[in-house]
Amino acid sequence: MAVTLTVNGKTQQVDADPETPLLYVLRDHLELNGAKYGCGIGQCGACTVMVDGEAVLSCVTPVLLLEGRRVTTIEGLGTRERPGPIQQAFIDEQAAQCGYCIPGMMMRAQALLQANPSADEAAIRAALEPNLCRCGTHMRIIKAVMRAGEAMRQNSRGGGAI
Amino acid sequence: MTRSDVKNPTRRGVLAAGGSLVVSFAMLSQAFSQEGEVQGTAPPAQPKPKLPGSLSGDPFLDAWIRIDAGGEISVFTGKAELGQGVKTALIQIAAEELEVDPASIRLITADTDRTPDEGYTAGSQSIQNSGTAIRHAAAQVREILLAQAAARWQVPADQLRAENGRVIRADGQALDYGSLVSAEILHVEAAPQSRLKPRDRFRIMGKPMPRVDIPAKVTGTPIYVQDMRLPGMVHARVVRPPRPGATLMDVDTATVERMPGIVTIVRNGSFLAVVAEREFQAIRAMRVLASSARWSEGARLPSPDSLIQSLKTMPSEQGVVAEKKGGGAPGSRTFQATFTRPYQIHGSIGPSCAVAHLENGTTTVWSHTQGAYPDRAAISEMLGIPPEQVRVIHVEGSGCYGHNGADDAAADAALIAQAVPGRPVRLQWMREQEHAWEPYGPAMLTEVRASLDQTGKIVEWNYDLWSNTHTTRPGPAGSLIAARSLPTPFEAPPAKLSITPSGNGDRNAVPLYAIPNMRVIWHFLPEMPLRVSALRALGAYANVFAIESAMDELALMADADPVEFRLRHLEDPRARAVIESAAEGFGWSRDPLPEGRGRGFAFARYKNLAAYLAMALELTVERESGRTRITRVTAAIDSGEVVNPDGIRNQTEGGIIQSASWTLYEAVTFEETGITSIDWASYPIMRFGAVPDKIDVRIMDRPGQPFLGTGEAAQGPTPAAIANAIRNATGKRLYDIPFRAEKVKAAIGV
Repeated sequence: MAVTLTVNGKTQQVDADPETPLLYVLRDHLELNGAKYGCGIGQCGACTVMVDGEAVLSCVTPVLLLEGRRVTTIEGLGTRERPGPIQQAFIDEQAAQCGYCIPGMMMRAQALLQANPSADEAAIRAALEPNLCRCGTHMRIIKAVMRAGEAMRQNSRGGGAI
Repeated sequence: MTRSDVKNPTRRGVLAAGGSLVVSFAMLSQAFSQEGEVQGTAPPAQPKPKLPGSLSGDPFLDAWIRIDAGGEISVFTGKAELGQGVKTALIQIAAEELEVDPASIRLITADTDRTPDEGYTAGSQSIQNSGTAIRHAAAQVREILLAQAAARWQVPADQLRAENGRVIRADGQALDYGSLVSAEILHVEAAPQSRLKPRDRFRIMGKPMPRVDIPAKVTGTPIYVQDMRLPGMVHARVVRPPRPGATLMDVDTATVERMPGIVTIVRNGSFLAVVAEREFQAIRAMRVLASSARWSEGARLPSPDSLIQSLKTMPSEQGVVAEKKGGGAPGSRTFQATFTRPYQIHGSIGPSCAVAHLENGTTTVWSHTQGAYPDRAAISEMLGIPPEQVRVIHVEGSGCYGHNGADDAAADAALIAQAVPGRPVRLQWMREQEHAWEPYGPAMLTEVRASLDQTGKIVEWNYDLWSNTHTTRPGPAGSLIAARSLPTPFEAPPAKLSITPSGNGDRNAVPLYAIPNMRVIWHFLPEMPLRVSALRALGAYANVFAIESAMDELALMADADPVEFRLRHLEDPRARAVIESAAEGFGWSRDPLPEGRGRGFAFARYKNLAAYLAMALELTVERESGRTRITRVTAAIDSGEVVNPDGIRNQTEGGIIQSASWTLYEAVTFEETGITSIDWASYPIMRFGAVPDKIDVRIMDRPGQPFLGTGEAAQGPTPAAIANAIRNATGKRLYDIPFRAEKVKAAIGV
């Protein structure tokens, strides 16, 4: 059965059971790697993506709920050649060890900063609470999100991308 | 516990000789084995002259470095990227000695068809073993290229220099490396000595270099084994029994076979798996299959309430880890206590995954294993085929902190691939499978009895630890869950007590402090009620927790500052230096803190032969809830010559946070019918709200000193620093990890 999805600005038909969680459609059908499988029950945040600007756990969100909504994954934030502000901030802060949880962290942070570009450290910590990191990269993740917020504020003053 | 309790100890460790420690070892270690983690490595009959690092196992230069005619440089390592940043550090080392741009190096990691066999990527030894080998090989390759150019130009080599991939003459003429290599000139055995670059000419080593893997990881570039998509690939899931030892009695496969996308169901003895075209189809089929599977009773787990205390009464073999009689005045005051640590999980955020492909009689397995070669041996034994018909290629997975489910998933995939020849199989474990089936860090119980003399110095130290082995890695097929599930099951090999220099359950069981009389015993428990293996730092986590908690109590007893008390017992200047640096950076003092706040200190030299690490931390204990939150940490680390300071910092920050999470929250839970900690709700770990405000890592610069490794140095000191700070904040000492809020609350009696 076909479902119509808009992912990273591109609308496409996907031949999947409507009850399939978004995570598997992103990874298996659309061949996007950013959203990761971590727990499948919404406890770790590795699968976090944005839907209409909000952070959503793709492992527990059936794809049928997403018709007509805008899904964004880290592939939609930039590329290796042209990283987006949050990707650049994670590179600048060297905010990864294994990196497996990082895309989920970035998507949740992106949603936070889009909604509240002046989020402070306390707001960032609170927002990231649902996302687990096992390598212990937390200090750098916090710094990277603060750096990204600063970059986005500067960009928005200059009319650039956030 | 008194000395007479120890009967017929296995005397393989440390012998007493005139008051000084004389260390003797049961076996010679080969450079590529992980001491303390590998059993039964036979000593070579005639040891060759020792080559640096892993060159001793694979002496040909072109096993490590190849340069093609176009000048493309390939560097080979048998070690694997586990998230620790080893690829970046190895590239830095090679680029430094080869005199090339790091970006021009292609690094090939653990692959049984292509790289040296360096055993496991474990024990914080990648830089020591592989880094040392690559450094020497690169320096020797550079000298060969200089000699080639000298011969071609008919000038003395010392009038030439290597720079940016070329050999340059005084008059500015240059030859590219590619034009200097010919077949076989690098196929020579390494010499024991190399002309290493002096420190003052370093361009790359010792400086922070951005991790080579991070841009891909933040942009969704396929880099993990979980991201692999091969043509024709199918998706598999395994169905596990409710507990180990349960055998498959019956299962309804007909219903599942009719479900959409099903390729096949694999039933082989008690091994049960399903293969589907799409991933979510495999998950749905797995659930239906699991609901109809009937299993025999299997092995019941022990009663959880008494397990840790019962470690002391389980059958044990005793090994003397250290024994020393140096006389001196008898102790006047004694501290005695028992400490415990529960079973704990690795808990990688991404559950284990592997891809396997049977084609033309060869099974290729892509795995996030720590040991491509040992895993190949185990898988080929399980499949009953020669090792040459199995190729294991390391591909990154989620973070690896020891022997997790990686090897089992690789074996699962390899076995399933036999049922769908020609089609690559991607096998992904579910979260509850990883939590329930990965081998755990073993529970441990330790007892300290230590005495002070009249001057406030420790005169006697008795230490007993009860623990399983901390390694059940493959090698043997019986280490693999899949192999144990076959109609003729492979048996797990019996665990053996072995006292080695770097230790296992007894890792860091001997205090580094100058103590005249000492006796350290490992009560080795062969029986493993829960499946266990290597978790970051092995026994060092529990042993340093106990030793450094005891040091704090002894300092209090001596009315001494804990930092000064440690220095009082330390002669090694590098040990003293990290302690002084951490204390200074933290602003250590004995001044009282406001109520509910405390500071704690701890130190260890990892394995007593690797990195030195000292840390001070401050925390708050909320009286009403018993909740502990670490506010700031200062650590000082000496891991020998520095390759990438930011890598050391990243690993140390991470080690502190992970070990703090183990210490404050983590314990495997179980009932007699099975494991009950099967997700992040039943096995909570640290989240952002509890992460410290600040962690400072100070790096001691040790130019010209051997690499000592970094990855595990913080694991042992962290629980002790936390316990000591809670003691400082509340007046109460905690002996049993984890220090969850309810336990702290009970201890402080609110």
